[in-house]
Amino acid sequence: MSSSDRRQFIKKASVLVGVSLALGLSMATGSASAADFPTAAVSTTGLAVTDKTVTVGILHSATGTMAISETGSIQAEKLAIAQINEMGGVLGRKIEVVQEDGASDWPTFAEKSKKLLESDKVAAVFGCWTSASRKAALPVFEKDNGLLFYPTFYEGLEQSKNVFYTGQEATQQILAGLDWITKEKKAKTFYLIGSDYIWPRTSMKIARKHIEQHLGGKVVGEEYVALGDTQFGSVINKIKLKKPDVIYAAVVGGSNVAWFKQLNAAGLNSKKQTMLTISVTEDEVLGIGGENLEGFYSAMKYFQTLKNPNNDKFVAEFKKAYGENAVIGDVTQAAYLGPWLWKAAVERAGSFDVDKVVVALPGYEMTTAPEGYVKVDANHHLLSKLRIGKWRKDGQADVVYESGLINPDPFPKGYQ
Amino acid sequence: MFGYTMDEVGNIMVMQGFSGLSLFSVLLLMALGLAIIFGQMGVINMAHGEFMMVGAYTAVFMSKLAVKYEMVNSYFVFAIIAAFILAFLIGYLVEYLLIRHLYKRPLDTLLATWGLSLVMQQTFRSSFGAKEVSAELPEWLLGSFKPTADIDIPINGVFVMVLALVVTLGVYFFMFRSRGGLRVRATVQNRVMASAVGINTQKVDRLTFALGCGIAGVSGAAFTTISSTGPTTGSLYIVDSFMVVVFGGAASLMGTIASAFGIAQAQSILQFFMTSSMGKVATLMTIVIILMMRPEGLFASKVRR
Repeated sequence: MSSSDRRQFIKKASVLVGVSLALGLSMATGSASAADFPTAAVSTTGLAVTDKTVTVGILHSATGTMAISETGSIQAEKLAIAQINEMGGVLGRKIEVVQEDGASDWPTFAEKSKKLLESDKVAAVFGCWTSASRKAALPVFEKDNGLLFYPTFYEGLEQSKNVFYTGQEATQQILAGLDWITKEKKAKTFYLIGSDYIWPRTSMKIARKHIEQHLGGKVVGEEYVALGDTQFGSVINKIKLKKPDVIYAAVVGGSNVAWFKQLNAAGLNSKKQTMLTISVTEDEVLGIGGENLEGFYSAMKYFQTLKNPNNDKFVAEFKKAYGENAVIGDVTQAAYLGPWLWKAAVERAGSFDVDKVVVALPGYEMTTAPEGYVKVDANHHLLSKLRIGKWRKDGQADVVYESGLINPDPFPKGYQ
Repeated sequence: MFGYTMDEVGNIMVMQGFSGLSLFSVLLLMALGLAIIFGQMGVINMAHGEFMMVGAYTAVFMSKLAVKYEMVNSYFVFAIIAAFILAFLIGYLVEYLLIRHLYKRPLDTLLATWGLSLVMQQTFRSSFGAKEVSAELPEWLLGSFKPTADIDIPINGVFVMVLALVVTLGVYFFMFRSRGGLRVRATVQNRVMASAVGINTQKVDRLTFALGCGIAGVSGAAFTTISSTGPTTGSLYIVDSFMVVVFGGAASLMGTIASAFGIAQAQSILQFFMTSSMGKVATLMTIVIILMMRPEGLFASKVRR
């Protein structure tokens, strides 16, 4: 045997071993065949389950204003579903997807939810992004007893039997971040600024209470800009006059880009001003430009640069599926959890029936999430950590702080 | 004064004055193209914002090329020229295919151009992706001037201001000092008479519309320095643009300038003393009240009807 032959042999042998290992593993992890779970037993409420397939829905805005944000979620959910199918599906059934477009229009979300639940009979829906779209769809899910996995970090104050929230609710995202910046930067004065709608307003209410009552700090300004406003000259001058230690920002959409560009142009860059924002993920950086963000902080549960084996794998596969330049933001990662959590719940329940799945999921501990360990709480939110990322010029963030696991508290006492 | 030193108050007043002027030039640049199309031709162009985005995406595309060929420091001027040309050509085509069939039905132009705006938005989305993009800006457009230690004058603001001045002068010389402008004004004032004296009014219409679109393209390219570029960003500008033109008195270019100035100053001062969204509300209220008293806008046109 020449050395090259030997190399060949070793290669082949290792491939064989790899394949048989993989096969063995997939059997061991119980990619159960559908025969073990007769359709009549696993689906008793008329859901779209056959001997070979199960149908789920994806409901996001692929068109309209919100397509900017929701595209990443669609991609992540499809990736997760493709991966699950590769592993053999759920209870031996391949997942089929019906994708509907909410078109950035809230009544459309309700209408499409109704279609997915009543005529497609989907076993679960992964979707909605803005709180407004979720609020519009919620009555439909509750009436038709559907199951929704909602990926966005949001203001809290909601808990439904029919919804699992895979993003963070407000207190998870806000409190630990404020604690950190107060300690780290010895911050005493805060300027709160957000877009003028429910999420920033609720978040700022919580932030203000926490700053004033628990951190002994002072809020020197609280400001809301109209959605879509792109002129920040006067606001920036006000901030210059007040000289806050920290700007705490929750500006969204096109305004967000204008805000950072104009802030930087007015000389308020990270060398002069500390800012913590709760509305910038890797997705937003594409539009804002890394040079305008460099040195500012974001509070999120996930950053693409997180170092752990799960995330390395996730980032690699996401890029393989959607191109080298694809970026992954907080919500994209949370959306990726949806199908996996649903799969786990169905397997724990041994059934696709919504009533059984909903009972089976709380208490589930997920160790394969890109963000690390998460656990589903009884209140349908996830226990998760908060990270602070410091933005680099290249549009990625260095994680400079990681909290412990934070319990979700959608109805925080003393903060309402 | 209110616990601030005179120095601080002085600095803020300087910067606040500048931000008012900067808002003025933004509004002016936004509205000039529309003032020509809506003001002069009477076409309600709901796709105005999307023509601005044609310019913005041109700038982004050029910036990608510039990064590749290492011309980041100089490309922006070319980007603005390219934005004008491209938006002009698309405007020319749109007039030929769509608008010229609707001159006798002004309200239908509203629907047709709104439909056009949706088509254009989806085209941007399909070709550049749904996510926002940003142009790589040259170093000289970033940061701020510092005449003193505590005063920052944003350079991109100055840039937009200079561009607004150039475009306004250009429009002025074209409309009032050139034969082309004379033909446009003649056609606007009396179409039948203009064609009787040998003006090809169809051609004039086409060029006027295209010119308006071209200017929208320039402003779109310029705004990549101060705000976002995405498929639906254009819709952020449409309300402000119409507001400026209608408030100024639709047929008057001077009116557009005066109205942009008035709105900008009011908004910038009100936003400083109230909160940002309340400032905007107060500005809009004032405009509504003034328009109730002067439905023709600030500068009523003296066209015989």
